[in-house]
Amino acid sequence: MTILDPHLDPSLEPASAGDAATDPRGGVAASASAPAVRIADVSKQFGTGPSAVLALDRVSLDVERGEFLCIVGASGCGKSTLLNLVAGLDAPSAGTVTAQGRVALMFQEAALLPWRTAAQNVELALKLRRVPRAERRAQALELLSLVRLQDFADKRPHELSGGMRQRVALARALGQGADVLLMDEPFGALDAITRDVLHDEVERVGAEQQLTTIFVTHNVREAARLGDRIVLLSSRPGRVAAEFGVPVERLRRIESPEVSAIAADVTVRLREEVRRHAG
Amino acid sequence: MPADTVLSAHSNGHGGHGRHDELDQELAGLDHLDLHEASRRPLGLRVWSALWPKLFAVGLVLAIWQFVVWREWKPRFVLPSPADVGGVLWDDLFTADLWRAVGHTMRRAVTGFALSLVIGGMIGVAVTRSKVLRVAVGSMITGLQTMPSIAWFPLAILLFKISEEAILFVVILGAAPSIANGIIAGVDSVPPILRRVGHTLGARGLGLYREVVIPAAMPTVLTGLKQGWAFSWRSLMAGELLVLIPGTTSLGARLQFAREFSDAEGLIASMVVIFVIGVLVDSLVFGQIERRVLSKRGLRTEPTSSPATVLRRRELVRAAFAR
Repeated sequence: MTILDPHLDPSLEPASAGDAATDPRGGVAASASAPAVRIADVSKQFGTGPSAVLALDRVSLDVERGEFLCIVGASGCGKSTLLNLVAGLDAPSAGTVTAQGRVALMFQEAALLPWRTAAQNVELALKLRRVPRAERRAQALELLSLVRLQDFADKRPHELSGGMRQRVALARALGQGADVLLMDEPFGALDAITRDVLHDEVERVGAEQQLTTIFVTHNVREAARLGDRIVLLSSRPGRVAAEFGVPVERLRRIESPEVSAIAADVTVRLREEVRRHAG
Repeated sequence: MPADTVLSAHSNGHGGHGRHDELDQELAGLDHLDLHEASRRPLGLRVWSALWPKLFAVGLVLAIWQFVVWREWKPRFVLPSPADVGGVLWDDLFTADLWRAVGHTMRRAVTGFALSLVIGGMIGVAVTRSKVLRVAVGSMITGLQTMPSIAWFPLAILLFKISEEAILFVVILGAAPSIANGIIAGVDSVPPILRRVGHTLGARGLGLYREVVIPAAMPTVLTGLKQGWAFSWRSLMAGELLVLIPGTTSLGARLQFAREFSDAEGLIASMVVIFVIGVLVDSLVFGQIERRVLSKRGLRTEPTSSPATVLRRRELVRAAFAR
């Protein structure tokens, strides 16, 4: 597959999240008018020459401070690539990505370090942020109590359930001092009731901590349950195919008719996208 | 829309505090349902359940040995009975000569293993850091590992004469490749997601090694160290049989002298000592370290209980090192 896009301009300086991350936290509030995350005309190509694959094609998205943005799409829509770009783990081939404040990333697996206790996992994030040693333990316990795990601080990951591990991962992300939280199908591996409860939990912690969240999922209903806005990405290459506002109040139930109605709308469009790849 | 969403994200919506209390209860409920604390059995019972199979195995070996002796397959002065050997061993335990031999052998073993650790460690780390080196010497290390160490002795004696250095040389050649291989395999086995997490947390370079790579590689590295010890102990025994340094005693030398004097009881008694030291170092030194490292990571399986806990344990093992 050859996709040589004239738009790909290597001279464009790829701005990474790093620039913004060096801002002290106080600076973030001052620039509240600017979007928390600005993805401007971003393309990402993997490889070169005839085997090059265009993962993202001129994607533009602004995410407001405190917004909960859900990204849905079928396989190959470049969801994870997009998060990596925002997290600064990778640079775009063209376009710019800017994020205000610190960015933290959560995966489908909690990816806790198995030799550290829950508290020590959170403490590592603090340590790497140069929080003085004496303050780390107290701060870690505080963060764990935010996710209601204060009683499990000294358990190791293998002693916790999948849902609890994800909550530790959330506490760890907060320990990074995250202003922007990127979640890559974080609840995909959990059972339904745990996922349901964690939706409430993420929503509550996000509101308390005034997080800006980009939440990637292929579960349309989950997106309708959580998002202020849902962006549908097309596949191969990833483009913004449609956007859906969610005009329903927060703390909606996943089984509510409003959520079902939104999910149905999004699903219709998603199916259209999938059909385009039939032949 | 943006302004609205910012506002609504910060308000509690219609749910208010009632909903939050419910949420706390639900979280606590799920946590309780998920955690079934394994009830620990009393210490005495655990020790006994770990001990009796071993005692049984030792008893079985002694019984077979005694049976062969009773059948008079070989004359008693060539194949003595367990009781005869036991008697000699008991007497030996109160002689300075045995302990001098053990001391000398252990000094060689510790020196050899320590040097192997340094050399094998440096090679292992170097190979994990460089693609060229990996291609160049990666398979050579595995080749060295399969080479019987006794095959090195003629060369070692040519190079170093009958000396401590000759023995040390072979011990290191026996142990270092296993240690290097353990380190290489350990670093290769670090789940990529953990590296990625370390990276997103801001660990770079040495920090990433200290916080993520080294602890994650530890279980595999330990296996390499254990194997390195086994190889160095074997090489050492071969060396002590072949390289008899006048005026020194050692466990290998005792074997050799016992054979020359046709002292079958003394010979087997020395073999028992060699076996016991090998087992003790393996289980007390490496076993203890391994137990700590593995149980921290939830990778240790205690010999207990029902299919349910076995299933759960399997899930834990997967989870602990899941990507």
